[in-house]
Parts: sequence; C-alpha cells; structure tokens
Amino acid sequence: MEILLGGILLGGTYALIAMGLQLQYGVARIMNLANGEVLVAGSFGALWLFTGAQINPILAIVLLAPAAYILNYFIYLIFLRPLVRRAKSEGQLEVDSILSTFGISFIFIGLLHAIFGGEYFNYEYLEIPFEIFGQAYGVNRIIAFVGAAILAALLYIWLTHTRSGLRLRAVSVTPSSARLVGIDVERTSAMAFALGGAVTAAGGSLISMFDTFDASIGVVFTMKALIIVILGGVKEIRGTIVAAFILGFAETAVATLIDPGLTLAAAFLLFILVLLFRPQGLFGRQSS
Amino acid sequence: MTRTEIRNFLITIVLFALAALIPLSDSGFWLSMGITIATYMVLSTSWALFSGPTHYISLATGAFYGIGMFTVGVGIELLPYWVLVVVAAVIGAVVAALVGLATLRLSGVYFVIFTLGLAELIRQIVTWVQTTMGSSSGLYVLTNITEPIIFWELLILGIIVYFIGWWINRSRLGFALRIIGNDEVVAVHSGINTAAAKIILFVVSGTVATIVGALLAPRLSYIESSIAFSPMLSFIVVITALLGGAQRLWGPIVGVIPFMLVWDFLTATFPNQTTLMLGICFLLVVYAIPNGFAGLIEKYSHRLRGRT
Amino acid sequence: MKTFLNSKKLMLSVAAAAFTAVGVFGGDAAAQQTIKMGMSAPKTGPLAGGATVTHWPNVKLWVHDVNSRGGLKLKNGRAKVEVIEYDDRTNPGEAIKNINRLATQDKVDFILAPFGTGFNLATAPIFNKLGYPQLAVSAITDKIPTLTKRYDNIFFMLGSTSTFTGSVVKILKKMRSDGKIGNRVAMVNVADAFGIELAAAARPVFKEAGFEIVYDKSYPLGAKDLSPIVKGAKASNPDAFVAWSYPPDTFALTAQARINKLDVKAYYTAVATPFPSFKGKFKDAAEGILGAGGINPDTPELKAYFKRHKEVTGKDADYWASAVTYASFEVLGQAIEGVGSIDRKAVTEYIKQHEFKTVIGPVKFVNQNSERFWTVGQWQGNKFYGVSSEGRPGARPVIDKPDWK
Repeated sequence: MEILLGGILLGGTYALIAMGLQLQYGVARIMNLANGEVLVAGSFGALWLFTGAQINPILAIVLLAPAAYILNYFIYLIFLRPLVRRAKSEGQLEVDSILSTFGISFIFIGLLHAIFGGEYFNYEYLEIPFEIFGQAYGVNRIIAFVGAAILAALLYIWLTHTRSGLRLRAVSVTPSSARLVGIDVERTSAMAFALGGAVTAAGGSLISMFDTFDASIGVVFTMKALIIVILGGVKEIRGTIVAAFILGFAETAVATLIDPGLTLAAAFLLFILVLLFRPQGLFGRQSS
Repeated sequence: MTRTEIRNFLITIVLFALAALIPLSDSGFWLSMGITIATYMVLSTSWALFSGPTHYISLATGAFYGIGMFTVGVGIELLPYWVLVVVAAVIGAVVAALVGLATLRLSGVYFVIFTLGLAELIRQIVTWVQTTMGSSSGLYVLTNITEPIIFWELLILGIIVYFIGWWINRSRLGFALRIIGNDEVVAVHSGINTAAAKIILFVVSGTVATIVGALLAPRLSYIESSIAFSPMLSFIVVITALLGGAQRLWGPIVGVIPFMLVWDFLTATFPNQTTLMLGICFLLVVYAIPNGFAGLIEKYSHRLRGRT
Repeated sequence: MKTFLNSKKLMLSVAAAAFTAVGVFGGDAAAQQTIKMGMSAPKTGPLAGGATVTHWPNVKLWVHDVNSRGGLKLKNGRAKVEVIEYDDRTNPGEAIKNINRLATQDKVDFILAPFGTGFNLATAPIFNKLGYPQLAVSAITDKIPTLTKRYDNIFFMLGSTSTFTGSVVKILKKMRSDGKIGNRVAMVNVADAFGIELAAAARPVFKEAGFEIVYDKSYPLGAKDLSPIVKGAKASNPDAFVAWSYPPDTFALTAQARINKLDVKAYYTAVATPFPSFKGKFKDAAEGILGAGGINPDTPELKAYFKRHKEVTGKDADYWASAVTYASFEVLGQAIEGVGSIDRKAVTEYIKQHEFKTVIGPVKFVNQNSERFWTVGQWQGNKFYGVSSEGRPGARPVIDKPDWK
C-alpha cells in the first residue's frame, strides 16, 4: 500500500515533468533540450509570485501557463520554424533541434541566473502531513498529483474530443498526410510546442512546492522527461502518462524493498528492458 | 595512396607536431586550453567514427569516460598507473561490446535515450557499489603526472584515433558502415553483417573514451561521480562533432577548436553571463552555418579551386 | 543573407566595444596602486548553489571592507584590491584553465582558492607550480597531511572527514550517557564522493562507540523522492538520525522527516543545514536540528560580520563556511600587509609563521592546517550555534530536538 501510494505520488510528479515534452517531441518533432529550463522557469515564477504577491502556486498556474504558452510560441516561431523549414529529413531536424535547443537552454540558464542569482531556492507551502492508511504524505505532493491528474485528463479529453486536438494527433501520426487533409501543419506544430511549454511550466509551478531548485538544475528534468517520453513511445500522451507512473512505482518499490541507492538504476534497467522487448516504446506503433 | 591522401597525411603530421610543442612554451594557460581541446578532439573524433557513418547519435561518451576515471580512482593504490590505463581500456571495451549487443535492435531516438540512460545507470551502480563495499577514504589519484605529459598522451591517442579512422574509411568495414548509414535494410540485403560492423565501431569509440577518462584522472586528483559521469560531457562531444561535421574524419576537430576558443573568450569576457552568451553564440552558429564548419570550409575551398 | 551580415557587424562592434572597455579599465587601474586578485568558482552548474551562499558574497564583502578603509598597507603606500572573477561552471578542467589564465594571462598578484574539495585538489598542482598561496576553505579531506607534504603552499581551514564524523559520534555518545537517547542510529548518505567518504568513515566509529546502525542506506544524487528513505529509517525505530547529505537533499530529507514525524532526540543533516535558507524554509521546525559546521555567532566580531554581510551583499551569511571563507581572505590580506609587498613566496612563508586575528577568532596554521575549527552546530532559536569544535571556545550545550510540530 505504502509503495502503491508513494509510487502514485512520484508518478504524478514524473507525469508533470514529461507531458509537455511529449507534445513538443511527439507532435512538433522538436527534441527540446530546453524543456527542463522551462520547468525551472515555471518554478521560479511560482516562487516569485508566492514570495512577492502571496499568490499560491496553484493559482499561479493561471498566470504562468499562458505566459509560458506565449513565450514558447515565439520560441518556436523565431528559432525552430526556420529549422523545420530548412530540414530535408527527420534526422536533419533532430540534429538541428538538438543544437539549437541546447543553445536556448543555455540562454534560459543565463537569464534565470542573472535575474534570481545562483543559490538554491525553495519555499514552504502546505508542507503538512496527510495520513492515508497510516502513512503520512505531504499535502503539497498530493496536490501536485491531483494537478497532474487534472492536466492529464484535460489534455486527453482535448486531444480525443475536439477538432484542434484531432489535428494535433493527425500531425503527430503522419505530418505529410495531415497536410493532404487540409491541416496547417506548421501552425499545429507551433501550437503543440507552445502548449507543451505551458504544461511544463505549470508542472514546474506545482513541483516547486516541495522541491529545492536552482538556475542550473533544468538538465536533470530534461533527462528524466526524455526517458519517460521515449519509454511511453513518443507519439502517445497516454504512453507518457503510463510510463511516468510505471517509473514512479518501480522507483518507490525498489527504494522501499531493496535499496534507495538503486532507484535510478532500477528505472534505467526497466527502461532498457522495455526497449529491448518493445523497441518502439510501450505504446508506440511499429514504424510509421 | 593518392596524392591528396599523402598531402593530407603530411598536413596532419605537421599539425600534430606543432601542437606537441605547446607545453614547451611557458604559458600554463595555453597548455590547459590545449588539454581541453585535445580531450574533446579525441572524444569527438572517436564519437564520429561510430556516429558519423551510422547516424546513430550516442550519448554514452560520459559513461565510458567515467568508467575510465573510476577504474583509475579505485585501483591507484593497488596497481601501477599504466597498468590501470590498460585495465580501464579493457573494461571499457567489454562494456561497449555488451551495450552494443544489447542495443542492436534500437535505432533513432531510442538509441539516443538508451545511451543517455546508460551513463546514469553505470554511475549509479558504481556509486552504489562504492558505498556498500566502501573503503574508508575517497578516491584520490595523487601521482606525479603533470599537465604536459597528459597533453602529450592525449595527442598520441589522437593520432591513433586518426589512424584508425583513416584505416576504417579505406577498409571494407568503412564501406559497410556507410551503407548502413544510408539505408540499413539495403545493407542487410547486400549481405553486410550490420551487427558486427556496428559493434566493432561502438567498441572502438567506447574504448577510446574510457582511455581518455583514465588519462585525465590524475589531472583531477579527486574523483567525484557527479563530475566523472557528467551528462554535460556527452552533450558537448555530440555538439562539437555536429558543429564540425560528423561525416568527415577531420570534421570534429574543426568543430572543437573554434567552439572551445569562443567558449573561453566568453568565459573571460563575460564572467557573469558566460552561459547566456554561449547560448546566443550557439544559436548564431546553428542558423548561420547550417552544415557545420566542415561544410563551410569545403564550400570555400571548392570556390577557391573554381576560381584558380 | 543580409541579416547575417548585419549580425556579424554587430558582433564585431560589440567585441570592439568590449576590448576598448577592457583597455580603459586597465589603464585606469595602472594609475593608482592596486593589488590584482583572481577568483574562479562556480556561478553555474551543480555547485553554484553552495558557492553563491558561502563563496561569492564574501569576496565582495572583503574587497568592500579592504577598499573602504583605503586598501592594504604596503611598504610603499596603500593599495586597493581588485578582483577578477571567472565562472568554472562546476567543471574541474575549466577551473584549472581559469587559474592558469589568472596567473599567466591576467597576471594577478594573488588567487583566492576555488570552491569544493575536488576543485581545490584539482587546482592544487597549478597553484603550487605557479607559487601562489592557496587558502582552501571548502575542502574537507582526510588527506591533509599527504597534501600539505606534496604542496608547500596549500592551507586547510575547515577540518578533516574523520574529525567531522568523530564529533557527531561524540555528541551522540554524550547524549546516550546522559540517558537521552539509546543505541539505535539510522544513517543515510548521498551516493557521491563526500557523502560516501563520510559514511565510510562513520561506520567503524559508530560501532566502536557501541552504537547499533539499524538503518544504513544510500540514495542517488538528484533523487526526486526521498520519502521511502525517511519511511524506512522511521520503521527501523531509531534513537538518532544521521544523514551525510548535500544541499538539495538536506532540504528534501528534512521536509520528509517532518511530514513522516520522524521524531528522534538527535537529528543531523550535513551540508547546507547552516544555510539561512534552511531556517527560512523550516522556521520553528528547524529548532534542535544538528548540522555540519557551526560557529559562535555571538562574538562581537561575528555579530559585526553578519551585519556587514547583510548590508553589503544584501544576503545573510551562513553559519559555517561564510565566515571561514571571509577569514581566509583576512589571513591573506594580513599576510600581504605583514610582508609589505606582493612577494608571493614571502607571503606564503608569513602565513605559515604567524597567527592572524580574524572574524572567527585567531587562526594559526600548524603544518599548513588550521587546527581550530567547528564541526557540529545546532539550530537554537534564530541562530545556528556551534556545539562541538576543535580548539574554538564558546560551544553551546546540545539541546534535545523537540518533536516535529
């Protein structure tokens, strides 16, 4: 039970980290190495709103997510669209987007560092125990999980039940055929990228409630997010969410039953095993 | 050998000989700059040996580099340093072979992330073993190996890597790899043992990275897992190689040198905004020089030839 | 294409402007007597968070203090201090390059030591070769005798690994003989160099002292969820909890300990416990938490130091390495004044021979090691007081940690 609950909470955190990247990579085809920095920027935003204006991190999402949407939309328009246009192949785009988003991540770190300074940041919000089945869990973690669940549900409903969501999925599956049925692939990609940024920043805001962060920590999140997205099979948000929870369970189980020193090792072992038996990821379809 | 090959061969020898003179000058700064450049030159070139022709982007460099460092760190009180470098190379080769076997079925981004995870996985296992079977002291590598020696070692390793690369390009193996890179299915159908070809190259590349780690361990004196297995290292290797152009043997080196010089210029000029400035430069390069430096150089040399 | 040309032109003019700026500055500096100092430490990367608290602000404060009283007194008049700063991006290769650059390109007169054990050891050969004294503060190692034998210009100020673990055990022993705690110790550590080293050093000492280590686990650097660790420790029913931790996990462990009500009379976390942000986060819950370091913040010198630190840098100093870092600069400054010139060899000798009056009290090096330092501190009220030290007076008695609220 303890493992189950701990795993669910950790899985929620991982889902927050990875859902945004799934949209950016799965739909817009940008392997965004600056994703973690957007998350950290979200955390800083929440910190700033909380300490400066007493706005709590949950409400802060209302401000941060649209801001992140706009910011990421422009990042896509200015920096990434030229790359998409000039790319002759998917491999070329991958190389170019790795290089440029790596540069963008440095710019983010530099700006965060210039604005906030280099020390560790955290604040106290709802760090009170809440007992479930005799075990205590932080209320802020539970809220983060609920936030993740709501975000995931909203995204899923939107993707499956609205026209714009359908467009997104079409672009994700095959951009070339999507164009044939009259979908503006470029606009849809820009939207997916911006939306991914907004989701990531919202995640950053929620995670900041219980995490200690600093300007340079983004790469940690990027790596985790990449692994979860690939584990889930790139093209499916469902896959990403399931993968996040599997990883959360695996890590909690290993930490509780075997040794906390081996959690990451267990996670990667799982990752490797999955890829060996299902090279296209848990929910991936065999080559498009 | 053709005439151009002889010419390129001579140019390479002269360049390496000139580089070997750096430690004789009195400037400690240029020597340490030289070590940084030589490190990434060897790492990027050996990375491109595998990833250039096959188009498999590997982020495992840091894993092998870290293995090299830890081997030296753990063994330095038991065995002589030179033996350890050999031991490290063997361990690196074995791990690379195992990883190569395990990843045969992966391609594209799955391979990228697999190799990224690998560095973390190995780092964790190593530190976990270190904690549970812990010796009472940390990993100190206190030797009499000075910076000039490390620099020369790296240069020699660099020459070896170049020689291997040149030899592979001429051999059947190189031909096979280029076909794999163009179309793996075609390669399989034309009777190429793609598995063996890929594994051999991955082993070469991984072993070289392990040796680099082992060679640099004495420079750090104190081995920390977060530094030995830094994911940044793997990223920078990929990026310098791509900047230069991974398709040519000499591509990575023309990526590494300007990259490191510019980075250093920024460190010195904008000590508080180094990272920001580097990011901006990065974007300038990506948009202004789309085919890497090697592409740029070839374009201009073609133009020159066209005129004369 | 045109825009690229423009951007190139722009780059050039920016570079040109930068060069002229450097030129003007350099010319200005030569007009009056100055001592050029160099400093390379992380502004970005994993160690930046620690360096920004204990390292960088103290450079600023010291330069401010020295220059506002007219500079350092040399034989031929006063000299103001100027510092050239570089970011090593938490990369030892970069640190080595920066130290080389400071010495051979910028030709600085003195170099302030870098941040972190690994970084001080990696740059020690360069300091040694170039003949610069190296007053290492944030470097804790058991190899001090070996290192000082190798490098005749390195000085240590923060103590060794085994005194660190030793004094934690001593405190627990005292609490046990006072009947406050029993024999059961839960110990965890971060699986990285320093954490592993401390845990390995602590195990035999705990056993020797008759403690039973009922929980002994490590967790990976960067682990996102430490609640299983704290739950596991709690399930082992310990009397004392000891964590050899790093900054982000010091916070995460304590947050989890509070949520899970890990009530022990002795609760210890290592690095970053004395940070002002620790108190800032946990407020009253920090009461009674033991941590690495400490200081006696009630001496007049330190009271004044904390006040000045806040005024000049706008930030609070931490209760351990901050003041020691500042003291290391004071030692260097006083040695330069004592010699009366920037003769580095003489200054190094002077540091070896003399005792210095600093904010942390008198500092004297024996075999290049300052043998007076604080090892354990505890949050009591609004300050983090030293409760165990080697050779420093004013240690407060340890209080029992109250239960989490």
